[in-house]
Amino acid sequence: MEKDKNFILGVYDDEDVLLHAVSEVRASGVKIHEVFTPYPVHGLEDVLGYKRSRLPIAAFLFGMLGTTLALTMQLYMMRFDWPMIIGGKDHAAIPDFIPVTFELTVLLAAFGMVGVFMVSSNLKPWAQPRIFDLRSTDDKHIMAIDIANNTSMEVAKIQEILKSSGATEVNNKSFE
Amino acid sequence: MQVTSSVREPLVTGGKTYHDVTHDVSRQVEGKPTLLWFLAFLTAAGTLAIGLIAVTATVWEGIGMWGLNKTVGWAWDITNFVWWVGIGHAGTLISAVLLLFRQKWRTSINRAAEAMTIFAVICAAMFPVLHMGRPWLGAYWALPLPNTFGSLWVNFNSPLLWDVFAISTYFSVSLVFWYIGLIPDFATIRDRATGLRKVIYGALSFGWDGAAKTWMRYESVSLILAGLATPLVLSVHTIVSFDFATSVIPGWHTTIFPPYFVAGAIFSGFAMVLTLMIITRKVFKLEDYITMTHIELMNIVIIITGSIVGIAYITEFFIAWYSGVEAEQYAFINRATGPYWWAYWSMMTCNVISPQLFWVKKIRTSIIATFALSIVVNIGMWFERFVIIVTSLHRDYLPSSWAMFYPSITDVGVYLFTFGLFFTLFFLFAKFFPVINMAEVKSVLKSTSAKVRK
Repeated sequence: MEKDKNFILGVYDDEDVLLHAVSEVRASGVKIHEVFTPYPVHGLEDVLGYKRSRLPIAAFLFGMLGTTLALTMQLYMMRFDWPMIIGGKDHAAIPDFIPVTFELTVLLAAFGMVGVFMVSSNLKPWAQPRIFDLRSTDDKHIMAIDIANNTSMEVAKIQEILKSSGATEVNNKSFE
Repeated sequence: MQVTSSVREPLVTGGKTYHDVTHDVSRQVEGKPTLLWFLAFLTAAGTLAIGLIAVTATVWEGIGMWGLNKTVGWAWDITNFVWWVGIGHAGTLISAVLLLFRQKWRTSINRAAEAMTIFAVICAAMFPVLHMGRPWLGAYWALPLPNTFGSLWVNFNSPLLWDVFAISTYFSVSLVFWYIGLIPDFATIRDRATGLRKVIYGALSFGWDGAAKTWMRYESVSLILAGLATPLVLSVHTIVSFDFATSVIPGWHTTIFPPYFVAGAIFSGFAMVLTLMIITRKVFKLEDYITMTHIELMNIVIIITGSIVGIAYITEFFIAWYSGVEAEQYAFINRATGPYWWAYWSMMTCNVISPQLFWVKKIRTSIIATFALSIVVNIGMWFERFVIIVTSLHRDYLPSSWAMFYPSITDVGVYLFTFGLFFTLFFLFAKFFPVINMAEVKSVLKSTSAKVRK
């Protein structure tokens, strides 16, 4: 069977039922493709076994880049390229350079991190998302299970596991 | 879905389900604009058009069209600039600082407050740009661009340049923060829509599908952006106050300015959020989402920041006397008793006395009183900036050059222009964007009101 085409969907109404269901379904040996929720459900990434996002590291690195660029730029312009005496201050008046350095650090950290987020999550205006169930952006939590990834188990058995874990509906969904 | 708790007031009233949240908020976007909306929008756009005449006159003829003179070289433009920037502080404060402090009530108001922030900063930026006189050359004066004068760079020792960086960073980071929050809600509207609306909101939603992994990253991004935006929001008005504090003008040369300006900014920003939210909740029937609890909590923030501002005024006066510097003492006596006494006492009444009324529970839980006082506060905050700027300048070191400032019709027109711009943008936002952050409201629907987690 081809991968990433035929799915069983478990539909859950409540976030707490969902959290328990994810643990139960995983414990029974079913591999979950992904869970789609209308709002961030805290703890879901833990029960799904996702590793912590490394986006904060990206933000830190971009921030450091901002600090370095800002200080280098100001020192180059004010101290080396065209030194001038302004208000009797030193050419390299480091305390005066701190506000701009701070702002550029924040600017690069924010934009860098958001850029990485957009790329890693494939968010772009022309992206065509695969919608498993239209209600997943309204009020239902959708657990998607790829049949091709769970060939060791009968489809009926998976549906049974979803039902007993508290799913209000169990549907099938196929993509072209 | 919604369970009521005996210990905690629910943040969303009316026993809403998740679907009700989607429906109540998306309804505004999907329905036809009402007559009331058209009237409001046309009024705002009309004001914008009238104000545009004054802006054109300023750019065409130069800033001689304004009421400035040799003694008072800064007046309405900078007053309005600082006023708008101050208003633009509430949105990011609500979304960033309150997120770090885990204040869940922010979820119903953060979207509109952030939109207001962005529009207020756009209005603020108009003034320094117009004051350049030849704004088409402005990029060379404001940004470190290579040029044919050497290159002769911009002056990184100047607080005015720090302002360029602070405000543009603040604007762009706030915009990104706001948009990231909008993406899941645009996806909600996309999934309810058909035809052209589906295409437009589909593009705006950036292909959001609500996967757990994306939500995990989204939460991580929100938290880090909040951590970055918190010092940023404090830095912006600090740097604005440096425009004055680093000069040697009596009345401006004060170390109290940075915290005092930041408190004043939050004060006026919250007042503006209240003004707008009281109208929005009424017009869009969102009383279950923006409840009396929200209004009361915002009023409490107004009492706190208003009191900080009041203490700052008194401290400033005391230090002027205690310093023993005659020029400094005169600047303050002149503020309170000189030809601009009415501006000073308007400021004192509106900013120091009127917010103290909110200590009375009846007043801070009254919609009419809150609405009236929120406008009074913003009038007071406008006078604060006017008092600081004009009264410190108009009687300078040489009595022969003492002067008064009288605004010209162009000054008034440019100020009107920014009002038109602000409300035009806000009404467009209110009609075409979800005014409440649906995803975040849904996330607090249960945890704040459920008896226990299962």
